Formats: sequence, structure tokens, C-alpha cells
Amino acid sequence: MSTATTSDTPQAAEQPAAPGAEECLLRPGNTNCGGCGMSVGLTLFGRVLAEEELACQMAIPACCGIVTAGGFPTTSYNVPVVATTFGSAPAYATGMARVRSLNEEGHQVVCWAGDGGTYDIGIATLSAAAERNEELIYVCYDNEIYGNTGGQRSSATPAGARTTTTPSGKAESKKNIMEIMAAHAIPYAATLSIAHPEDFARKVRTALGTRGTKFLLLHSPCPTGWKSEPGESVDLVRVAVASGLFPLYEVWEGATYRLNLEPDGTDPAEYYRRQRRFGADDLDLEEARVACERRIDRIRTLARQFPAAD
Amino acid sequence: MAVELVTGNHAAGYALSAAGEANRNARGAVCGIYPITPQTEIVEYVASFPFTKGEVVPVESEHSAMGVSIGGSLAGARSFTASSSNGLAYMVENIMVAGFYRLPIVMVAVNRTLGPPWNIWADQGDTLMLRDFPWIQLYCQDNQEVLDTTLLAFRLAEDRRILLPVVVCMDAFIVSHTQMETELPPQDRVDRYLPPLDLPHRLRSEHPVTLGGLVWPNEAMFHRAEIDEAMDRVPEVFAECQSAFSKVFGRTVDSAIETYETGDAESVLIASGTIAITAREVVRRRREAGEKVGLVKIKLFRPFPEAQLRAACRSAARLGVLDRNYAAGAGGIFWQDTRATFQGSATTALIQGYLTGVGGGDVTPALIDAVLDDLMARSEASRPQWMGLEPPKEDIA
Ligand SMILES: Cc1ncc(C[n+]2csc(CCOP(=O)(O)OP(=O)(O)O)c2C)c(N)n1
Ligand code: SF4
Ligand SMILES: [Mg+2]
Repeated sequence: MSTATTSDTPQAAEQPAAPGAEECLLRPGNTNCGGCGMSVGLTLFGRVLAEEELACQMAIPACCGIVTAGGFPTTSYNVPVVATTFGSAPAYATGMARVRSLNEEGHQVVCWAGDGGTYDIGIATLSAAAERNEELIYVCYDNEIYGNTGGQRSSATPAGARTTTTPSGKAESKKNIMEIMAAHAIPYAATLSIAHPEDFARKVRTALGTRGTKFLLLHSPCPTGWKSEPGESVDLVRVAVASGLFPLYEVWEGATYRLNLEPDGTDPAEYYRRQRRFGADDLDLEEARVACERRIDRIRTLARQFPAAD
Repeated sequence: MAVELVTGNHAAGYALSAAGEANRNARGAVCGIYPITPQTEIVEYVASFPFTKGEVVPVESEHSAMGVSIGGSLAGARSFTASSSNGLAYMVENIMVAGFYRLPIVMVAVNRTLGPPWNIWADQGDTLMLRDFPWIQLYCQDNQEVLDTTLLAFRLAEDRRILLPVVVCMDAFIVSHTQMETELPPQDRVDRYLPPLDLPHRLRSEHPVTLGGLVWPNEAMFHRAEIDEAMDRVPEVFAECQSAFSKVFGRTVDSAIETYETGDAESVLIASGTIAITAREVVRRRREAGEKVGLVKIKLFRPFPEAQLRAACRSAARLGVLDRNYAAGAGGIFWQDTRATFQGSATTALIQGYLTGVGGGDVTPALIDAVLDDLMARSEASRPQWMGLEPPKEDIA
């Protein structure tokens, strides 16, 4: 990056200007695919920041989210963004957050990372930042695939999904990152869905009002990788929530749980049927139903046994 | 100024901490730390330093140690770290980023043999592996030089004409763990030498740039060319930092290259780090015996001080380069750069490479005598010579 393009304003006593409500985190005009859940996620996330009049600085590793910025010197982001190495967003963000605190500044430090950067290459770094309880918000937009490199499997890819590196369907099941983060006993972890914008906004507000490491997992439809219709993205993740495939829930300190929405009995099969990444032959639907039921049951039990205070 | 008996690691820790502390009235200091023998005492020193405005972050890997320092630097803090050997290898991806982001991070590296097979002794192969990144590299011979050079490195790195990270190197154990009398400057002197850091491209919330986003090839090339210009300015700015150092601390710090008895020397040794101390002694003795020998100590390895080296060796007929490192398939790395320096110049000196102390063996006066004997008897150069090579013991199993 050319150092000549940057301003020379004095450093003392600055009041960071938050983006106005009409000027969101993600500006109009970016290169994301149509129907990209990450774009919607950024818009919803930015809206809360704008409402709360909070400035933010982001660390984004290699992923679709950094391509979103577009070509230098323009950018689709309305806040300062640092492109980090693939596995390093929480490390760079740690440095940024520590200096923010040293200088008593009010902006949020946010990691915005894909599932590859979170579940795979960055997991040690994320785990370490969580263990240190760094003062930051970590959002993983989980499209269950390496989107940026053209659709390879990650450990977030669900069983049965075809990717370019699992051409006949992935044999292994999806890693449970929420449990991993909860096991760090971080102050707050929650799942987000773009089909439930009010729940989404409430959780972002909770994260903004909580000290320490906050982990938000966003189910992020990716028509390009999922071989789904761009116009159906929101509906698809709504089905994921309704069927219990992607439960909306929150965990405090790894100790107390809240299930935000009970599944309504929608058959998970509907979710699978509408994405061509799941070949009919590669997927054992009955097994998928059982796994789904077992997962939601576990969260239900935890929420009942260890309920979060209101 | 207090003179104390301290190790090279202590000297480095002292300098890093004092430099960080000197930024307390600006945006503070940040240091990501991770241990590895033989540099561990450096990060331990930093971790126990009572910073007025500083954050030392014990992370899970060297990759993240540099990552934290990068984040801190981007946010405007004076940032630094230390590492060695396989730690540097693990850190490489973020080392590269620090340079490409033009961050004035200072790293102290204790040169240790890369493994496997495991060996903790001195070998420069670890930092020399980084030689093609946008980092300034400085090699030191003793504790005082480590301390002084580390302080100088911050001033050099943070100069607006440079804005590049600096790695300050010392030999494992011979310097890192050896106590020597060292002048430890008081904080107010360090404050005077290192003014508050104001990084021009630090993140500012009201300035929504995306650092490190997509560029076209022409922009990438321009970015590299800007680094090249900054590298070209290093010798001049380094000299300025040296004279400022003398004014503030009342002692001198070694130049990019130091010459000893090179004036009329026919055979000149070129060395770096602790080997240079021993070589100087050998040269002194052989001068007394009437032999026309000399020594060049190279401190600044990146950018390679071509002009100064050419000037220093103008009259020499033979140059012998001692390398405590080995680039597979090529030879010693200082030797390669020395050859490139004289390529196409008026000098017709024979340039011979010697691989000495690779893997950490002692480079004794006797070994350097053998190098000089070989060099002085030569009428032509050959492939680099492995000196002091001994076959391992037979398998006793
Ligand atoms: C160290 C390293 N290895 C590999 C890559 C190539 N790479 C860039 S993005 C990416 C996948 C990103 O996947 P994810 O984090 O899920 O984000 P998405 O692209 O799906 O948005 C890979 C493999 C890289 N940039 N750095
Ligand atoms: S590949 Fe997927 S995640 Fe990436 S921009 Fe396209 S839809 Fe979004
Ligand atoms: Mg992904």
C-alpha cells in the first residue's frame, strides 16, 4: 500500500465519526455474487453500528469478504479495513484493540472472516485470542466452503455436500465451532441468520454491550458454492432455522444457553433439495434428520438445564 | 551512564523496552511474544518491563506474535518482537506483511541453526532466509552493538524517508548468552533519541481506507519500486541515525561496514557477527608479521552496502568471504552478494567463499588462519570451501 496516499492529520484528541444511518458499513456497489449472504450480513451488521453511532475498524483475512472491498484505491467498506493473512485476523485485531484501549478510543475492533479462516487455518489464532479474552467482535460468515478459491471443502462443509475437493460429497460432518468457542468460556457467542434480522440486530447489540471476546456465527448462503438460486438465499437459511439445521441460540461464558427459536417441524429435506451441492445419491436423508434432531435436542437440553438470566 | 555486566539477550530486551517506553506520550507500545531458544530471555525481559503505556501479548505462535505487532503498528503504536530459527520460519508470512505494509517494526533475531536436525547454535541461515523481503537487516558482533543498534533501528525504521521494518541480528549464545560489560542508557536519553512515533498511514476511524486490498500489476510494481527507493535511501539515513546516536549517547555505533587495515591490503577477509571479532585479531597478528591483510566487517546486509564495500576493497587482489550460513545449491550468502557487488566493476579481485561455523561450530583463530593461508596462495577462485569440516562419529549402535 502506498504510504503517500494517506493523510497526515495530527493524532491527538480525534473523535471518530461513525457512519451515518444512510452510509452503511458496506457501501452500494461491490463485486459480491447476487444472493450472497455475506453482503446482507454486512448490511445488517453495519445498520446496528450506525444506529448505535459506533465507529469500527475491521481486520479481514483472505476470503470473499476482502475481495468485497474491490480495487485499490477505492473500497466498498465505509470503515478502515486491514487485509490480514489468512489465519491471522484475530492476531492483527488484538494489536489494534490493545492500542485502541491504550488510547481510550471508542471504536469497535471487528474481525470479519470466512469459515476457512475460522474453522481451519485461523483456529489456533482465534482460540488464543478467545483464551486471552481480547476486546473484539469476531464474526464468522459461514458459507460452508472456500468461496474465494472457487469452492473447496472446509471443515465447516456439511456431510454430503459436493465441493471441488469432495466431488462425490463430503464424508465427514461439519465441525461444531459454537461448542468450540463456548468451551473457551468467552463472554458471548451467538448464531445469526439473515432470515431473522431482528434477532440478528439484537445479538449484535448484545455483543456491542458485552466486554471481552464476542463470537458471532452467521449462516451465510453462497449461491455460487451451494448451487442454489440467488433469489432463494434468505428463504434457504430460514428453512435451516425452522428445521433445526441451524439453530438460533446464544451462549454466555460457555455456561448458560438460550435457544431463540424452536424449530417448527419443517423437514430438513427441503433445505437439501433446493441446493444442487447435495446430490440425491450422496446424502442419507434419514441420517441427516437424526443428526439434526440430536443437535437441536442437545441445545434445548442445555438451555433448559443452564438457562441464561433474563 | 550505567555500565553493567549483562547478556546479549538482556541488552536487546533493555533496548526494545526502552524504545517502547519512549513512545508513552504518543500511542504507546505493542509487542507480541513467543519463546524459542536462544532468544527467550528477550521476550521475558520485555514481558516483565513496567511499561507506562504498553501492551505485551503472549500469543500462541510466532506467526501471531508478528500478527499482534503488525496490528499494533497499524494502530500507531511502536511495535516490536523477537525470535529465532524455526520461529522465524513459522513467522514468515507475517514478516513479509510487515514489510509490504511499510511498518517500522523492529525485531531482534538471535541467529540459530534451522532444524532438523535440531541444533541450537549460531547460524545466520534463519534471518538470511528473509533477505528478499522488505526488511533492513543489521548484524551485530557484541552486546553493546546489539543494544545500540536496536535503538538505532527504531529511528531508522520510523524515518519518513524509510518506513521499513528492521531486524537486528546476533549470534546464538556467543552473544545472546554471554555477559559483557554494556552501557545501559537511561530512559531520558532514549526518549531524546526516539521522538514519538507518528505513523503517516496508521488507521484512523474517520479515514475509511482498505489496506492491502486488490491492486493491478502496475500498482503492485509501483509499490515494489517505492520500496526500492526507500532501500536506496537507507545508507544515507543510517549514517544520520549514527551521528544523532553519538550526540545523544556520547559513543559511536558501528557503520554499515567497518574496515580494518584495508588501505594497502592485498588479501581482505569479509565477515559479519562474532566471526568479525576473531578475524580482526587474526588480521592484527598477521599484520605484525608483515602480511598485507585486512578485514571488512559487514553490519548492514539489506540493503547490501555495495558502494561502501567496493570502495573499501579497491586495492585488494583477493577477497575471502566467511559465511556462517549455507544456501543450498548456491553457497554462502554474503559471498554471493559480494560477488554480485564486484561483478562488472573495475576491480579484478579474486573472490573466494568460505563456509565456516555453519551449524554453530567455533570459528577459531586457527580456522581463520587456515582461511587466510588458502586465500593468499590462490591464483584463482573455486567453489566455496567448507572449512573445519569433520565427518560425524561412526554409528555406535
Ligand atoms: C496462507 C494462505 N493459504 C491459502 C490461501 C488461499 N485462500 C484465499 S481465500 C481462501 C479460502 C477462504 O475461505 P473462507 O475463509 O471460507 O472464505 P470465503 O472465501 O468462503 O468467503 C484460500 C484457501 C491464502 N490466501 N493464504
Ligand atoms: S462466492 Fe459465495 S460468499 Fe463469495 S461472494 Fe459469491 S456468494 Fe458470496
Ligand atoms: Mg467460506
